[in-house]
Amino acid sequence: MSGPTHETPAIAVNGLECRYGHAVVLSGVSFAVRRGEIFFVIGGSGCGKSTLLRNLIGLHEPAAGTVKFFGESLADAGDARRRELLQTFGVLYQGGALWSSLTLRENVALPLEEYTPLTAAERDELVALKLAQVGLTGYGDHYPAELSGGMRKRAGLARALALDPDIVFFDEPSAGLDPLTSRSLDELIRQLRDTLGTTCVVVSHELASIFALADRVLMLDRTAKGVIAEGNPHELAKDGADGRVRAFLTRGENQP
Amino acid sequence: MSAPSVIAPVPHVEARLEGDCLHIVLGGRWRIMQRRPTWADVVEKALMGGNGAPRRVRFVFAEEMEGWDSALVLFVGEALRWCRGHDAFCDLSAVPEAVRRMADQLTGAADQADAMPPAPALNILAFVGYAATDIWNKARDIAAFVGECALGAVNTARAPGKFRWRDCIDEMQQCGAMALPIVGLISFLVGVTLAYTGAIVLRQYGGDIYLADLIGLAMVREMGAVMTAVVLAGRTGAAFAATLGNMRASEEIDALTTFGIRPVDFLVLPRVVALGLMTPLLALYANALGIIGGMAISYSLLHISPSAYWNEMLQIVTLRSVNVGLIKATAFGLIVGLAGCLRGLEAERSAAGVGRAATSAVVTALLLLIIADAFFAVAFNALNW
Repeated sequence: MSGPTHETPAIAVNGLECRYGHAVVLSGVSFAVRRGEIFFVIGGSGCGKSTLLRNLIGLHEPAAGTVKFFGESLADAGDARRRELLQTFGVLYQGGALWSSLTLRENVALPLEEYTPLTAAERDELVALKLAQVGLTGYGDHYPAELSGGMRKRAGLARALALDPDIVFFDEPSAGLDPLTSRSLDELIRQLRDTLGTTCVVVSHELASIFALADRVLMLDRTAKGVIAEGNPHELAKDGADGRVRAFLTRGENQP
Repeated sequence: MSAPSVIAPVPHVEARLEGDCLHIVLGGRWRIMQRRPTWADVVEKALMGGNGAPRRVRFVFAEEMEGWDSALVLFVGEALRWCRGHDAFCDLSAVPEAVRRMADQLTGAADQADAMPPAPALNILAFVGYAATDIWNKARDIAAFVGECALGAVNTARAPGKFRWRDCIDEMQQCGAMALPIVGLISFLVGVTLAYTGAIVLRQYGGDIYLADLIGLAMVREMGAVMTAVVLAGRTGAAFAATLGNMRASEEIDALTTFGIRPVDFLVLPRVVALGLMTPLLALYANALGIIGGMAISYSLLHISPSAYWNEMLQIVTLRSVNVGLIKATAFGLIVGLAGCLRGLEAERSAAGVGRAATSAVVTALLLLIIADAFFAVAFNALNW
């Protein structure tokens, strides 16, 4: 068996097609995310960003094509292997998606209880660390309903990071946050990549975050039902061949 | 970092004591999913020679360090704490900045967590007091809600055009027509059960034929209305609570309020009216099915012909008895609807809150239902109906 080499991309998507029933939302989507990269999936509302994300993380079975994490596909893996593969990534859902019947501490501790050999004391310590890293020290005993939207999102990030995943997916991390909170979340994403080399895939249409963070972006389009651009956002905004891409990245302000 | 392969490299630690300095060489791959060496074991093994505790602990990464995560941070955290306890200096200058920072944060965060005071326990007196005021508040909430609904009903009666007929008819379909199979089945079986139970006693006195009176009266005055209401409490009351609770969680109710539309008029009245209209109809249907159930058993068990059964029953089941049942059914329907809507509107804004609202709606409805039934029994007795 030839194990994954260091050149294997973190995520490799090939000829992906996404549908809802008979309606094709995306087709012919191919791209690769390199290790330690901050990769943005961008595009206007309804272009299929969230659909693509759901297909990547295995919530939807792709209608065609493959998604490979470090050279292995979720869809082809057996049950046990699939569980292992799922641990290589964490997901920060749009509203945090914290389990409402558990406290923050229990939310973060649940994956640790499920998958690690840690003792209860070590787990508590680690949970406290994760909460401290997202700036929620002292909120461990609060229930999600008692927190503001921004705090819930940060707690969701702490939970996504519980198992130290190699890849973290962010679904609209800045949606519904004020500019400062949103920026502090961006800062957390950058720190994560810089300190632990975590690969970050961010679904967003927040221009400020895109330009501040993204190494590369993948732009989707509703009418094209697929990818219309891929590359560094600064370069795309300056001399991207496609007018739609430039218009999106400059908010249509530099149009003739 | 790379994906977990089938044979994962394990974390390992090499400890060397040189003079008063303990050298810790870290290598392998540290993953939170795997077992890792504990600091206590490492230190015990290193100090086995018994040269006394080191004054300095120095961490270095080996060449073949493949990757690390929180597992290493936990290990270094243990070391930091040990050093603090043994008055040794922990030298982390040779490991990545991130490890050092996170290990510091780890020990700091845990200390802070320790410092948090536990929630004060309630003494029994305070507990009883809170429970009592809680009951009082709940009773007041119910009264206020019923009052609000009555006001809403008056407003709607003044301007009937504003009533949500469309919603009301949808709800009637849902809680009425769709409930026919389950109400029918249950009432039929209640009739059967009554027949078997009654037959035990009546047979002994040779009063077989009076089984018809027993079943007819019991169904029409009591069981038809009560069984229908119980089914609706579980089926429709819980659904009302879940729907409204979810609407509250997603701020739909707030949106109505800020448009100046009263949630009671818009959401509660159509539902309560639908139940108030459909429950007596369902009860009538339940009466009929129960009587047929009893008739079937009387015929097969005691050989009472259906016509004899019917004629005997009409001796005692008058239109007034039927009316008693229908009046009760209407009241029960309103109770079930109001309980469901009240619990839904006051649900907590979370998934668990919606679940509790549905449970509480059914419990409240059943409780009020039985209380109302007892009240009706006394009232109709006084009226001599």
